[in-house]
Amino acid sequence: MAHRKKNRNVGIIGIGQTKHSSHREDVNQPELIYEAVSLALKDANLTMNDIDCVVHGNMELFEMVHQPDLWQVLGTGAYGKDCIRITTGGTVGATISCASDNLVASGMYDIVMAIGFEKLQEGHTTGGITNMADPLWFRKIQSGALTGSSAYDVEREFGLERANRASLTYRIIMDKHAGLNPNAHRSFGLEFSQIDDLIRTSPKLVGELKLIEMCSQSDGACCVIYACEKKAKELTKTPVWIRDHISAHKEECFPIFGYDRKYPVLKTHKFAAEQLFKRNNIKNPLDYFDVFEMYDPATWWAIDWLRDFFALKGDEHLKLIEDKEIMIGGKMPINPSGGVIGSNPIGATALLRVAEAALQVRGNAGPHQIPTPVNHALASGFGGTMWTVMTMLEKELNW
Amino acid sequence: MADQFQGIEPMVYQSKINVPYSWWAGDTATRFFVALRDEKKIIATKCGACGKVFMPPRKTCPLCFTANTEWVDVSDEGTVLTFSVARRQLAAIPQDRKVPVIWGLIKLDGADTAILHYLDEVKPEDVIIGMRVKAVFSETRKGTIRDISHFKPVK
Repeated sequence: MAHRKKNRNVGIIGIGQTKHSSHREDVNQPELIYEAVSLALKDANLTMNDIDCVVHGNMELFEMVHQPDLWQVLGTGAYGKDCIRITTGGTVGATISCASDNLVASGMYDIVMAIGFEKLQEGHTTGGITNMADPLWFRKIQSGALTGSSAYDVEREFGLERANRASLTYRIIMDKHAGLNPNAHRSFGLEFSQIDDLIRTSPKLVGELKLIEMCSQSDGACCVIYACEKKAKELTKTPVWIRDHISAHKEECFPIFGYDRKYPVLKTHKFAAEQLFKRNNIKNPLDYFDVFEMYDPATWWAIDWLRDFFALKGDEHLKLIEDKEIMIGGKMPINPSGGVIGSNPIGATALLRVAEAALQVRGNAGPHQIPTPVNHALASGFGGTMWTVMTMLEKELNW
Repeated sequence: MADQFQGIEPMVYQSKINVPYSWWAGDTATRFFVALRDEKKIIATKCGACGKVFMPPRKTCPLCFTANTEWVDVSDEGTVLTFSVARRQLAAIPQDRKVPVIWGLIKLDGADTAILHYLDEVKPEDVIIGMRVKAVFSETRKGTIRDISHFKPVK
């Protein structure tokens, strides 16, 4: 969105999501989507007749359904309506949120529904991701979504023991948050006293990246309904306003993780956050935001990215984790929902960040609601070849 | 266009994508297949709002956007809405069916939507739109759509 060019304000008026799980044999893809869509409609007290346009998104190739927006119309409710399909990889959930905001802001539609979904049980993610690269130029070195380079970087900068302990502290905080969220896929009931055991026993996937630190593969769907200011005020007492969003990506795709002292790279998370906060005149995002729903596919990336998003210096990002300031009740609660490590139905995942951040602003997230008022929330999305999407949500229309 | 390849062998990158998938039928389709296999019964879901009967069964009504909770029996007889004749033994045609193979969209009595299946025991030139057909069940049934062998004309 071009900043300050927004034609009219847009609010989130309905939110629905499935229970996320590793196995949903009881439903097919459209049936899974229907669960989220019907919950969002109920939440907004609307029917499909009120929806002007449906924006549909998931990962390409993951379930190997061509034109899933057509096949899934039984669940999306888009029969006879304007429907737009978008796919931008891991960020797709965030991108359909941005697109829905833009579609309403433009005046084209008053009420737009965004639907993100994935049924990862049915597909093969690495098979899909590998086909992202040009076969003439070493496609086969693509490894999919696993990388241990961030672990290596944190380790090199802060020493193995501190790095590992920070990573597992982050992991256990996410587990505790997921334990409060009835929709989360995984919560093991981990305790901080288990950190040393987990460092020793969790299987290593790549380098220091351990199984326990990686996100899950989930089945799930999320649906969010957006309305123009006039309709939003008519239809709900608690609209959540979209203040701004930003998307950033890089031309080159591989040097995307980590800080190399000799060859520093400007990462899209850092770049996007700087631009977004600067143009919204936010001097200290750590003070400004009350919650951050961050797309955190693995603990090491989460650690690294906290520094990027909040422009932290030295070991400030590690201290936030070590002091448990990222827990519900802390200075900057990260992912009260349990985050991506807790649940990862990829096409829905980035939309879930927006949805969960909006629930926090509304104040009715459920057992994982932050006890203090949430007026300003931040959500991020992340995807292949380093895409960043950030969304700012506000309780009041006063910026 | 052809000239540019004169005297040279174009280098073509040969590749293959092989990705395993496993799609779940879900409870609704499963109930239909189980009835077909165990009872030779054809069952369908019905919309509680508009009354439409869905064959194959759908969990939701796309028009009313409500969950279909009611199940009804539909007839094993119906009407051919349209058809197509396959005359080449391509991969989509199972080995045990020999061309010409006739595909029909059949609206079973009691249903509002049509199901795709084979028409057999009839010559392609004798099939007409609107003809009445009846399901012939397979001897061995495994809980798939081919538990119905084919549809044959009602004499």
